[in-house]
Amino acid sequence: MGSGNPDTEKERRKIKSVKQMKDIMTEYYIDAKTAEETGKKVAWITSGGPVEPLIAMDVIPVYPENHGAMIGASKMGVDLCEKAEEMGYSRDLCSYAMADIACATVNGGPIGGLPKPDMLVCSTNICGTVLKWYEVQARYFKVPLFILDTPFCHTEFTEEARQYVRKQFDEYTRFLEKACGTSFDYDRLQAVGKCSLEGQRLWQAVLDTCTHKPAPMSAFDAFFHLALIVTLRGKQVTVDYYQILLAEMNQRIADQISAVPDERIRLLWDNLPVWYRTRWLSEKFASAGACLVADTYTSAWCAATKYIDENNFLDSMAESYTRIYLNIGVDEMAKSVLQMVDKYAVDGFVMHSNRSCKPYSLGQYDIQKIVQKERGIPTLMLEADMVDERKFSESQIETRIDAFMEML
Amino acid sequence: MITVGIDVGSITTKAAVVEEERLKTVEVQPTGYDAQKAAGSVFEAVLERLQLKQDDIQSVVATGYGRNSVSFAEKAVTEITCHAKGAHFIDPAVRSVIDIGGQDSKVIRLNENGKVLDFAMNDKCAAGTGRFLEVMARALDIDLVRFGAMSLQAQAPASISSMCTVFAESEVISLISKGEQRENIVAGIHDAIAARVVSMAKRVRIEAPVMMTGGVAKNEGLVRALEQRLDQEIQIAETAQTMGAIGAALLF
Repeated sequence: MGSGNPDTEKERRKIKSVKQMKDIMTEYYIDAKTAEETGKKVAWITSGGPVEPLIAMDVIPVYPENHGAMIGASKMGVDLCEKAEEMGYSRDLCSYAMADIACATVNGGPIGGLPKPDMLVCSTNICGTVLKWYEVQARYFKVPLFILDTPFCHTEFTEEARQYVRKQFDEYTRFLEKACGTSFDYDRLQAVGKCSLEGQRLWQAVLDTCTHKPAPMSAFDAFFHLALIVTLRGKQVTVDYYQILLAEMNQRIADQISAVPDERIRLLWDNLPVWYRTRWLSEKFASAGACLVADTYTSAWCAATKYIDENNFLDSMAESYTRIYLNIGVDEMAKSVLQMVDKYAVDGFVMHSNRSCKPYSLGQYDIQKIVQKERGIPTLMLEADMVDERKFSESQIETRIDAFMEML
Repeated sequence: MITVGIDVGSITTKAAVVEEERLKTVEVQPTGYDAQKAAGSVFEAVLERLQLKQDDIQSVVATGYGRNSVSFAEKAVTEITCHAKGAHFIDPAVRSVIDIGGQDSKVIRLNENGKVLDFAMNDKCAAGTGRFLEVMARALDIDLVRFGAMSLQAQAPASISSMCTVFAESEVISLISKGEQRENIVAGIHDAIAARVVSMAKRVRIEAPVMMTGGVAKNEGLVRALEQRLDQEIQIAETAQTMGAIGAALLF
């Protein structure tokens, strides 16, 4: 490895499924943006929201957070955040929320804004900000808003919590019946649920290929391929695509193609990506022979599969949508980090302290301490933001990464 | 074998020359706007002083914020690794280093070989660094050299709660206008910085013996405030400011 023409070498290392993935996403956004003409309904939904009932009702789910990631990756975040500040929002707010709220008024961003929603679905399982954010958008677009309130699970999921959340799913189906003007199809939901679970299992299998040394893909690849399990969870296209991607990863392992040439150091990443700097960070780590082989973020969309009942999807949603990574206590989060440290055999832990995402960043110092104590591996804290480039200082970050690599 | 370390910091640029594990000389100059030029200038200065030619030097290693702009250096190493190496060279017993430079502060834990085990750096805000002290000295119209000694005369340190350089400056100005003694204000500034550094130190589980490096180590008022908050003695080497350059010279 590492010999021969650098161009062919780079070409060999490229993940070939990427093109297909781009096509799927393009088609999805075209469908969503032309929904008005095709008579379909559009729902905006939070990234951790229960999407399967929407798909069962033929509603096109649209994710402002996925859109936020696209805005960040296209380096259009600062403009939109500034616009939101002009509107009176504080710069300490989540940059996804800021970018989305501003974008709705100017149809900005890389795809000229999201299609107008017919309804909004918000689950508080990822944070409290989404509640106010979606209320703002409900007022702006004058559309109904459904809120799924999920109690925080410090250590356990109580029976009371189950009943409380389960009841809301009945409200959710009634909400959809009213918004769509048709009765809810429970059989269809069961089928969509099966498909969703299959997609999640396949996504986990894709991520699991990185337990191989060297890893066939990196977290930077996962950040990209994640889009389907977020936006098209419960659709057959997601299952089909992840099967293809999984096959490619297994082939890469067989062909000894690794994400990073001569992988020397394996790292675990915590928190959302720094969307406007993924390439820079990826090259920075790769230049030191380091591969981010796993992350706590992309695995969040398949970590709750153990709570899903394949034969009773509706009832089990209460638990699977409540016990997600951002809705559990710090000790529970640390436990899952430690499992990943072991599973992927990492040499170090890189944490992105994300100014935007409070629930993700709040317990990081504790988790860092726990990982250092329990596994004795070096950890690195990087202060940045997922979308707002003004919170990123290149020379500060570079020094931290360089010093971390020298330490390893 | 003669090696040179160049530390291009945000305020000053330093050079150190080491021959066979012995420190030959050091040089400090203001960085100014041209880091490359400053690096060349300190390099020439040490060569001239030791009557050496460029060919006599086996290796040049650059560190500091401008480490990648030193064209004549063979490699660049971060100041974290360099300060640890330099401190270890001066006193191998040292297990922790507090380095406060122009625009950042760090706490480094190292092992018996001078290798970095863990480190913490201030976040993006430059409060509690050399630049912060410069701004405060200007607001109080005190020469930075006298700043450290002055706080030792304080009766009761004033409370500075804001950690933003600009806001802290306005706090200082408001204390001046209230007639607070300058000594007390200076002591308050040092105490506020010490609090911030100590929280980083605790995070990396600082271990004795502790050495302080970087230009701010010359400020005895701050050193005293740190010692009190850490409840630990802090060593200050004569070469505190040039420790990064010394470490770089040793990392050929």
